[in-house]
Amino acid sequence: MRARVLIRPKAGILDPQGQAVERALPALGFGGVSHVHVGRLVELDVDDPARLPEMCERLLANPLIEDYEIQDFEGAAA
Amino acid sequence: MRFGVVRFPGSCDEVDALLAARRVGEAEILWHQDADLKGVDAVIVPGGFSYGDYLRVGAIAKFAPVMGEVERFARHGGLVLGICNGFQVLCGAGLLPGALLPNTSLRFVCRQVELQVTNAGIPWTRACERGERLSIPAKHTTGRYYAPDPVLDEMEANDQVVLRYVPGDNFNGSARDIAGVCNKAGNVLGLMPHPEHAVDLLTGSVDGLKLIGAMV
Repeated sequence: MRARVLIRPKAGILDPQGQAVERALPALGFGGVSHVHVGRLVELDVDDPARLPEMCERLLANPLIEDYEIQDFEGAAA
Repeated sequence: MRFGVVRFPGSCDEVDALLAARRVGEAEILWHQDADLKGVDAVIVPGGFSYGDYLRVGAIAKFAPVMGEVERFARHGGLVLGICNGFQVLCGAGLLPGALLPNTSLRFVCRQVELQVTNAGIPWTRACERGERLSIPAKHTTGRYYAPDPVLDEMEANDQVVLRYVPGDNFNGSARDIAGVCNKAGNVLGLMPHPEHAVDLLTGSVDGLKLIGAMV
C-alpha cells in the first residue's frame, strides 16, 4: 500500500510556525486566512498497513505533541 | 569517577563534554553503534544534531544501539545527564517526561542564562543549594519545554523540575520557565543549557562544574 501520513501539532499547543505563516499571508495581500498550522507529510510504500499506527506512535510522530492521520494513497503517486 | 560521553553522527558538543568531565574525573567516548557503556559510572548524552535531527529533534537517536544500554543503565539507577540535544533524545526515549518544541521566536538563540536550582536533592545537583543561581550558556532553536498541564502538575508534586530560567531569561517560551527536569528516581537529568561550556572563567562562568562534578 502507498500511504500518506499527515502529522500536525496537537490542538492547543502553541504553533509559532503556523502563526508566522498566518501573519505573512495578509502582508502579501492574502486576507481572510486563519487557523494556519504547519506540519509534516510522510509518504511511504508499506507491505503491512496494519503496522502503520505503531510506526506513527513510535517514530513518525510524537504522540505527546503531534496528531497523525494515515491516508491510503494507493496508485496515486510516483 | 568515570564518565562516558555518547557520540552520535551529528553530535557537536561531545568533545566539550569530555573535556569538562575530565576536569573532575576520567572520561571517554561511547560510540553510538556500540551497545557497550564500558563500565562507566555516569553517562552524558551531549548536544548537537544527532542523525541530523531528521524527522524531529532526537527522534532517530533513541534507536541507536548505545541507547538501549543507556536506557537499561538509567532504569537500574545509573546516572545520566542529557544536555540540549541529549535532553531531547532522553525525552524521545521516554527516560524523561515531556518534549522540546521550537522556540516561540523560531530563532536560534545563543546567550548566557541564569538558572535557579529548584531541586538540590538529586545526585546531579547535590553540590548546589536550593534556590541557588547558576550562570550557564544556552544555544538552541528547539528548546521550548512542553508537557501537558496534568503532567507538569505531577512533575512539580514529585519535585522533578530541577532547574528554571529566572524571570526574564525564559527566552524560548518553556512551560513554567522549565530549563531542566529529572525522572522520578532523580538519577536522570536533562537540561537545555550547556554546563559543559561553563567550566572555565575564561568563558565567563564555572557554574557548569557544579552539575558535572557534583558526585566527585
